[in-house]
Amino acid sequence: MKNTRVIARMDIKGPNLVKGIQFEGLRKIGNPNEFSKKYYEQGIDEIIYIDIVASLYERNNLSDIVSKTTEDIFIPITVGGGIRSIEDVTKLLRCGADKVAINTAALKRPELITEISNRFGSQCMVLSIQAKKIAANKWEAYYDCGREKTGIDVVQWARKGYELGAGEILLTSVDKEGTQAGFDCELIKAVSTIVPIPVIASGGMGDTSDFIEVVKKGKADAVAVGSVLHYDKLGITEIKANAIKEGITIRG
Amino acid sequence: MPKVKIVDYGMGNILSVQRSFEHCGAEVDVVSEAKSILNADYLVLPGVGAFGNAMNELEKLDLIYPIQQFCKKGNPFLGICLGMQMMMDGSEEFGYSKGLGLIPGSVVQIENTTIDNESQKVPHVGWNEILVPHGKDSLLWNNSILNGIEENETMYFVHSYTAKPQEQFRLADSYYGGRRIAAVIKKDHLYGCQFHPEKSGTSGLKIIRNFIEL
Repeated sequence: MKNTRVIARMDIKGPNLVKGIQFEGLRKIGNPNEFSKKYYEQGIDEIIYIDIVASLYERNNLSDIVSKTTEDIFIPITVGGGIRSIEDVTKLLRCGADKVAINTAALKRPELITEISNRFGSQCMVLSIQAKKIAANKWEAYYDCGREKTGIDVVQWARKGYELGAGEILLTSVDKEGTQAGFDCELIKAVSTIVPIPVIASGGMGDTSDFIEVVKKGKADAVAVGSVLHYDKLGITEIKANAIKEGITIRG
Repeated sequence: MPKVKIVDYGMGNILSVQRSFEHCGAEVDVVSEAKSILNADYLVLPGVGAFGNAMNELEKLDLIYPIQQFCKKGNPFLGICLGMQMMMDGSEEFGYSKGLGLIPGSVVQIENTTIDNESQKVPHVGWNEILVPHGKDSLLWNNSILNGIEENETMYFVHSYTAKPQEQFRLADSYYGGRRIAAVIKKDHLYGCQFHPEKSGTSGLKIIRNFIEL
């Protein structure tokens, strides 16, 4: 049976777990390792770490956090932010990461998707897309925390990413990110029904009803949850129990 | 302390596998030489990526014959994900590639439609229940690496291809889009897991503990 995944999304700046609203005004939350341990024990299905300022400064600081995570957390770990080369990927996989999420570097050089996919397998290559709504049913791909525009259409980019070898898509709505105002279900649906690979919905989770809506209406294969977990507004058990009640199959 | 050797041929999530075995109380050695494979007590073949590439890497390191020889010794062997698929005779991934031939059967692509002809996502990514294969006795799991695992416990899968072993070698199945996925295969002391026990939380760790107690 197919189970919808609940994924903890952890935005990282330096050594800290942080959270902003639409990627702005980052607030320090705490030690990422302590948070991931807590989520693991509460039954989270996966963890995503994104070095939120890495691309701006052309660096990635996550190796230490990832390496510490995989000492005692035995679920899949995805790492993103500032990854630009096969060498960067190799280093992170050696620290125990299972997948890498690539945004900026893939936009600048799409062949990187194919290189990573050929070398490490498509299951390792998560294409991360920051989408901003520009018109009805139209979204543009952004990078650098939703600050830089590309002129590239999100749905076309997602399809191209799949064709180049991406195994999953992490789709973040810049408009909804951190707002807790619900997902951009139209965006998620527009991509999820076009690409034949799993789509992780990200940005906007505020309540369990948002989760249910983005799975049922948005056709999300997995849902990334940030603020509501970090600020202890919702528990993982609660999110899962409510989804199961609504007929969504999920790992209990 | 059980001594486990993990084969490193440049295509596995070695650190995660190593840490999970250490967490379960094993002493782990990461190896890529024929000699250390042959004298291993427990041997683990991890693997992520493409079948053909992985077999090529094993061949380059001259590890195919030593692994096959190890498996004749009677000691426990565990293939994980691509490592399990490589235990088969061969795979149709990117043309045809020959496998290790430890368990009869082949590896085929997961279909992109369900049994009801609806489109479905490939790779198969996520947590899925494992079940005793239809028509088989649940006692089958006792004294195997699935000892103490309940039917319907979930494990973490991520794969685009699936092994089709001969029926008698299936120890656990999962279902994706209404079709069977060989989740665990077994032939005597040789085991393969399509899912990642090292990434399947406490259920996966239980399987690893069972393996090092074989």
